[in-house]
Amino acid sequence: MLNFFKKNKDESPSPEPKASWAERLKQGLTRTRTQLGNQLGGLFGGGKIDEEVYEELESILLTADVGVGATQALLEQVRTTVKRQHLTDTTQLREALQQALIGLLEPLAQPLDTGTHKPYVIMLAGVNGAGKTTTIGKLAWRLQAEGKSVLIAAGDTFRAAAREQLAEWGERNQVQVISQTGGDPAAVIFDAVNAAKARGIDVVLADTAGRLPTQLNLMEEIRKVKRVIDKAYPGAPHEILLVLDANTGQNAIAQVKAFDDALGVTGLALTKLDGTARGGVIAAIAKERPIPIRFIGVGEQLDDLQPFDAKEFVEALFS
Amino acid sequence: MLENLTGRLQQVVKTLRGQARLTEENIQDAMREVRMALLEADVALPVVKDFIAHVKERAQGREVLQSLTPGQAVIQVVHDELAKLMGEHNAALNLASVPPAIILMAGLQGSGKTTTSAKLARLLKEQKKKVLLVSADVYRPAAIEQLRTLAEQLGIDCFDSNAAQKPEDIARNALDYARRHFHDVMIFDTAGRLAIDEAMMAEIKNLHALLNPIETLFVVDAMQGQDAVNTARAFNETLPLTGIVLTKLDGDARGGAALSVRQITGRPIKFVGVSEKVDGLEPFHPERMASRILGMGDVLSLIEQAQKNVDIDEAKKLADKVKSGKSFDLEDFKNQMLQMRKMGGMGALMDKMPAQLANMANNVNPEVGDKALRRIEGIINSMTPQERRKPDLLKASRKRRIAAGAGVQVQDVNRLLNQFEEMQKMMKMFSKGGMTKMMRAMQGRFPGMR
Ligand SMILES: Nc1nc2c(ncn2[C@@H]2O[C@H](COP(=O)(O)OP(=O)(O)OP(=O)(O)O)[C@@H](O)[C@H]2O)c(=O)[nH]1
Ligand SMILES: Nc1nc2c(ncn2[C@@H]2O[C@H](COP(=O)(O)OP(=O)(O)OP(=O)(O)O)[C@@H](O)[C@H]2O)c(=O)[nH]1
Ligand SMILES: [Mg+2]
Ligand SMILES: [Mg+2]
Repeated sequence: MLNFFKKNKDESPSPEPKASWAERLKQGLTRTRTQLGNQLGGLFGGGKIDEEVYEELESILLTADVGVGATQALLEQVRTTVKRQHLTDTTQLREALQQALIGLLEPLAQPLDTGTHKPYVIMLAGVNGAGKTTTIGKLAWRLQAEGKSVLIAAGDTFRAAAREQLAEWGERNQVQVISQTGGDPAAVIFDAVNAAKARGIDVVLADTAGRLPTQLNLMEEIRKVKRVIDKAYPGAPHEILLVLDANTGQNAIAQVKAFDDALGVTGLALTKLDGTARGGVIAAIAKERPIPIRFIGVGEQLDDLQPFDAKEFVEALFS
Repeated sequence: MLENLTGRLQQVVKTLRGQARLTEENIQDAMREVRMALLEADVALPVVKDFIAHVKERAQGREVLQSLTPGQAVIQVVHDELAKLMGEHNAALNLASVPPAIILMAGLQGSGKTTTSAKLARLLKEQKKKVLLVSADVYRPAAIEQLRTLAEQLGIDCFDSNAAQKPEDIARNALDYARRHFHDVMIFDTAGRLAIDEAMMAEIKNLHALLNPIETLFVVDAMQGQDAVNTARAFNETLPLTGIVLTKLDGDARGGAALSVRQITGRPIKFVGVSEKVDGLEPFHPERMASRILGMGDVLSLIEQAQKNVDIDEAKKLADKVKSGKSFDLEDFKNQMLQMRKMGGMGALMDKMPAQLANMANNVNPEVGDKALRRIEGIINSMTPQERRKPDLLKASRKRRIAAGAGVQVQDVNRLLNQFEEMQKMMKMFSKGGMTKMMRAMQGRFPGMR
């Protein structure tokens, strides 16, 4: 019976989706760009490198939410490369900037390895509406496709129908969701970790309520959740995955710092990259708080979670 | 970042103040700082460009050039223009239609539509309106359940829709229901959607045509970055938006998206969301938003008041002392209290602080604070100059004398001395870690703070 299901799963579509999301995006993006009167003139046509071209590059980075500081740093780096390598053509210039970005992000493209502990406990955190719960749904699907058994803990006991939302993701994945009505988040996750230990489950996915770093009491609460998980299973949680919304501007940097200071974030997931937002703030984050970027979210379906690929990401930033 | 920005703008004022007159060049400098500030606050680049061009023109105008303090005049222009762009003072909801007046909610995924629907319903219920909440989000798991739960909490009617229905059918049926049950207002929540999702954008266009709402509110997350312009443009082209709701302002995002969306849609920001709870909806204040985006609080009126009422030399002496980390004595403490009172007391001061700071210090009770200030002054006045410089001298007998002189208890004197010590520590922190750190440390330690 189990084998039968497994076999079926192996035949189901692989977690790597159909067309690359960068491809899917292009159409829509080109349109908005044109509307923005922001066409990339000389940059793509090839031609002489002048200040205007640098300005164009600056615009691309700024409008992708890379931020003033990181943009200036990247452009400085590129100017140096241009001088040192005697680059003359704008195509080379663009290439140099892409390389600078890839150089910054590539080291952070570290996939999540859930094989190191059993159960491997992943706690998700982030601001309100970033996509934590949906990411759990997609992660459960991914992990099962890799042949792992999964248990979900409904640690958001605050938001209206958060439990029901997660329950539906559990159903879609045919995965059990541990929850309590109006319970204490730490207690729910504690129970789930213990249940997973007893049943030999591979991975526990713990949802938490959205919170803003300014809500100091809630930041304290989530620290407590982490401590309690460690009591259920010393060393856990093994991954603290901070979920960031690609639509977010410079505040994402403050989010990373605040959650990292409170919890020690071990991985990032960048959601909603299927829209027009580029998530360029991740470059600024890579400079200020380098934390492995595990996944990107590119839609609201089960298979819309992908490992972070620096090259693909940078290409999409320029598309 | 906040400290940087305020500092930078103050630097601009300073350099400009030193100049006898404004030149093309120093206006350029100031504009570069402003540009940077706006970008850091997430105002979209094209909007920043327009804004700078506009402000520059005005800064070169006669009123600024003839001003005695051109630097301040430039900042004044920036601030005024920003506030003007932000729009009229809290534009109210328009419900003037044949009942039910329909409010359609639209926006990106997770921006806060469902929560805001509930918050609006609560507000209208308080105004004795009979409200119907309707969810046509048949996509997001348990979205309808979420709205229903909130409606139940609030004791507000919720239309019985489910995820197997078509949004268009829900719209028709709900409208019919609201008419038959004499609801004054129907708030129609929709699924989050991407501006480039053509099918979903077509869907909401249809819903709009079916419902013919009097208000179509675009719900925007205050943390949104540069893409706010693209999203706003697309929604504005698809739907005749009537207003904007800016959510999650209780965070520490500077909220430049507010300006982007305003500029692109030309629609008023009607409300701001300031908490995840159902009572967390407030009217919009353009002035405050302008200050928040600039990260400077109402610095202008602070400067004004400071110049009018405060002995600048005295303030500067203290600031230097604090910066250098030199000992901060009771005389300084008293002076500081005095200056605070001259500037209108704690309440007035808090009003003008940068929004983020004020947020952090929102536990202050201004009245208690002001009373405490006066008592502190009284106590310090009863001390000899020597005691003020060397608080270590204050043993029991001296304390009794001081308490009697100020008409307070010895415990009050002790409390003051404790507060003073804390203040001394804070001043040290200030010279090391800056304002934000100090404000955090201040919570619970300053007179009037709970
Ligand atoms: N287009 C798109 N939408 C997404 C993505 N990830 C999440 N969403 C949507 O974003 C909205 C919020 O997602 P949730 O998973 O509920 O976010 P959350 O962080 O759990 O929210 P709270 O628990 O309320 O703080 C939902 O409408 C999701 O469908 C993504 O990668 N792409
Ligand atoms: N702190 C804070 N949280 C808010 C505010 N408004 C909404 N939220 C939270 O943001 C998250 C998303 O809010 P929702 O109302 O579900 O957003 P939505 O636009 O309906 O989301 P979708 O239907 O998935 O597109 C929830 O966790 C809300 O509690 C606000 O003003 N402040
Ligand atoms: Mg959630
Ligand atoms: Mg919703």
